[in-house]
Amino acid sequence: MASYFNEEIETLPRVALEALQLKRLKATVKRVYDNVPFYKTYLDALQLSPESIKSLADLHRLPFTTKQDMRDSYPYALFAAPMEEIVRIHASSGTTGKPTVVGYTRTDIDNWADLMARTLMTAGAHKGDIIHNAYGYGLFTGGLGVHNGAERLGASVIPISGGNTARQLMIMQDFGSTILTCTPSYSLFMAEEAMSAGIDFRNMKLRVGIFGAEPWSEAMRGEIEEKLNLTALDIYGLSEIMGPGVAQECFEGKNGLHIWEDHFIPEIIDPSSGQVLPEGEKGELVITTITKQGIPLIRYRTRDITCLTYETCVCGRTHARIARLSGRSDDMLIIRGVNVFPSQIESILVGIEGVEPHYMLIVDRKENLDTLEVQVEVDERIFSDEIKVLQGLARRIEKEIKDMLGVTCNVKLVEPKTIQRSEGKAKRVIDNRKL
Amino acid sequence: MKVEQISIFIENKSGRLAEVTTILGFAGVNIRALSLADTSDFGILRLIVNDREKAITALKGKGFTVSKTEVVAVEVPDQPGGLASILHVLDKDAINVEYMYAFVERCGSNAVIIFRFDETDKAIAALAAKGFNMLSGEHLYGM
Repeated sequence: MASYFNEEIETLPRVALEALQLKRLKATVKRVYDNVPFYKTYLDALQLSPESIKSLADLHRLPFTTKQDMRDSYPYALFAAPMEEIVRIHASSGTTGKPTVVGYTRTDIDNWADLMARTLMTAGAHKGDIIHNAYGYGLFTGGLGVHNGAERLGASVIPISGGNTARQLMIMQDFGSTILTCTPSYSLFMAEEAMSAGIDFRNMKLRVGIFGAEPWSEAMRGEIEEKLNLTALDIYGLSEIMGPGVAQECFEGKNGLHIWEDHFIPEIIDPSSGQVLPEGEKGELVITTITKQGIPLIRYRTRDITCLTYETCVCGRTHARIARLSGRSDDMLIIRGVNVFPSQIESILVGIEGVEPHYMLIVDRKENLDTLEVQVEVDERIFSDEIKVLQGLARRIEKEIKDMLGVTCNVKLVEPKTIQRSEGKAKRVIDNRKL
Repeated sequence: MKVEQISIFIENKSGRLAEVTTILGFAGVNIRALSLADTSDFGILRLIVNDREKAITALKGKGFTVSKTEVVAVEVPDQPGGLASILHVLDKDAINVEYMYAFVERCGSNAVIIFRFDETDKAIAALAAKGFNMLSGEHLYGM
C-alpha cells in the first residue's frame, strides 16, 4: 500500500476536495482583486467581482493569465503581497528577453516544502533515502524546490546541482544515493558518461529517478530505466505556479501525475479557442493557484499539452491526474500545416531498435516549402559497413515518421556525440525559417 | 582464410577523412588497403590495417563509430580476365559480392583483391575448390 505524507488530504473524497477548492478559490480571487491592479482592472472590465464566484464552474468566467502578462508585469507588478512579506524571489529562464519573476511569502515557501515532500513520498521516497538533487540551484526553482521538500520529508539531500558529471557519478557511487532528481535528458547523458568511464549503474544504490522540467516519452522512460537501473517517474512543476511539486506520478500507479488539487485547480482548454475541454481530451493545461500569497495566478496558461482524469488511482489518492506532457503549445512545430511535437518524433526514434534518443530537428523553408531534417546519431548498435543497410535505416525512420505523423522528413545520420548534449533542458529543435 | 577489416562511419563534411588518418598516424597504425563508400550525407571508410585493436581503440577514443567485418583476400592472376575468372566462380554458386577493392601490394606476380561476400564461408569453399589462393590475416597485415 502507498504511504502518504498527508493521508487525509491526499485521499480526501472529491466532494470534500471540491468544497475546499471553492473556499480557497474565493479567497484567492478576493486577494488578487484587492491587491493586484492587473486583476482588478480585468475583473471590473468583465463586470465580475470576488462575489461572482459561487461555484467552481464560475472559474471558467475568469480571464486567463499568460506568460506575456507576466512579462508585462516585470518584475513585481503581479505580486499580491508587500515586499516586506516576500522572503524569496525566483525567476524562470527568459528565452526571449526578460525572465518571469515570482515571489514567495513564508507561507508559500512552507506550503511548497510540504507539497514537494508529498511529491517525493508519492514517488516512493521516505526518511532514510539519500536524494541526489541534480536540478540546478539558483534562480531556477528546480534545485531549491526539491531541496526544501527533501528536508521537510526528513530524507538526506545532496545539493549537487547540475554539471560536472564525472563528479556527480563519483558522489552518487560513494555516497550511496538512492533517489536521483534531474532532467530526463541529463540522466541519459550521465548514463553515457558512466559507460565511457566504465561505471555500471547496477552497482549503484539508486532505486528511483524523479525526472522533469522537460517533456519526455514513455519510450525514453524504458531507455532510462534500463540504462540507470531504476524506476523512472515523471514530475511536473513550473516556477510561475510554484516550482517542482505541482504534480507527480505515483510509484504504485506509474500512470499519470497527481496534481495537488488542494492547492491548484487544473483545467484543459483548446489552445486556439480557449474553450474548456471535457475530461480525457488533450489540450493546454491551465492552472489556478488557490493558496499562493506572493503571486497567486488565475487561470495561468502553462502552454503544456496534456489531458486530465479524475478516476481514483490504484495508490488511493483522489487528486486528478494529468497525462505525461506531450509537448508545449509553443514548442509545437507546424510543418507544411501538420502539427508536430518533438516528443512524437522522439517516441518513434526510441521505438526503432538501436536508435539513440539523441536527435535534433532542423526546420527550414526552401522555395516556400517547409523542410524537416531529423539528425540521428549512428552508434555501434546500428552501424553497418554496408551503405544499403544504413540507407535502409534512414528510409525506415522517414517512413515511420511519415506514417505516424503525416509529415515528410529527411533523416540525416550523424556521427555519435555530434549533437549537443545538455546538462539542463535539452534543445531539440533548430528552426531556421524566417517567417 | 578470413581477414578482419575495420569500418568507420564518417559524416560527409570536410576534414573528417584527414582526422581519421591523422588519429591512425599518431597511433602508429599503418593502412594496408582502403576503400571509401559514400553518399551525399555520410561515408563508410573500410580499412585493412597492420594493427586492428590499436586502430579501433584510437578511433573509439576520439568518438568514432567503428566496427569489424570479415572479408576475404583473394590472389588474382594479374592478367586480362583474371578478375573475371573469380567472379564467374562466384556467379555460378549465386554468391553476391557486397563490395570489393584492391590491395596495395602484389603477392608475387598476383594482384590481391579484398571481397565482402553475402555468404563468406560458401565463397571461400567455392574459390578454394577452383584452386584460388586466399591470404591469411597474418600474411596480409604484415605485407
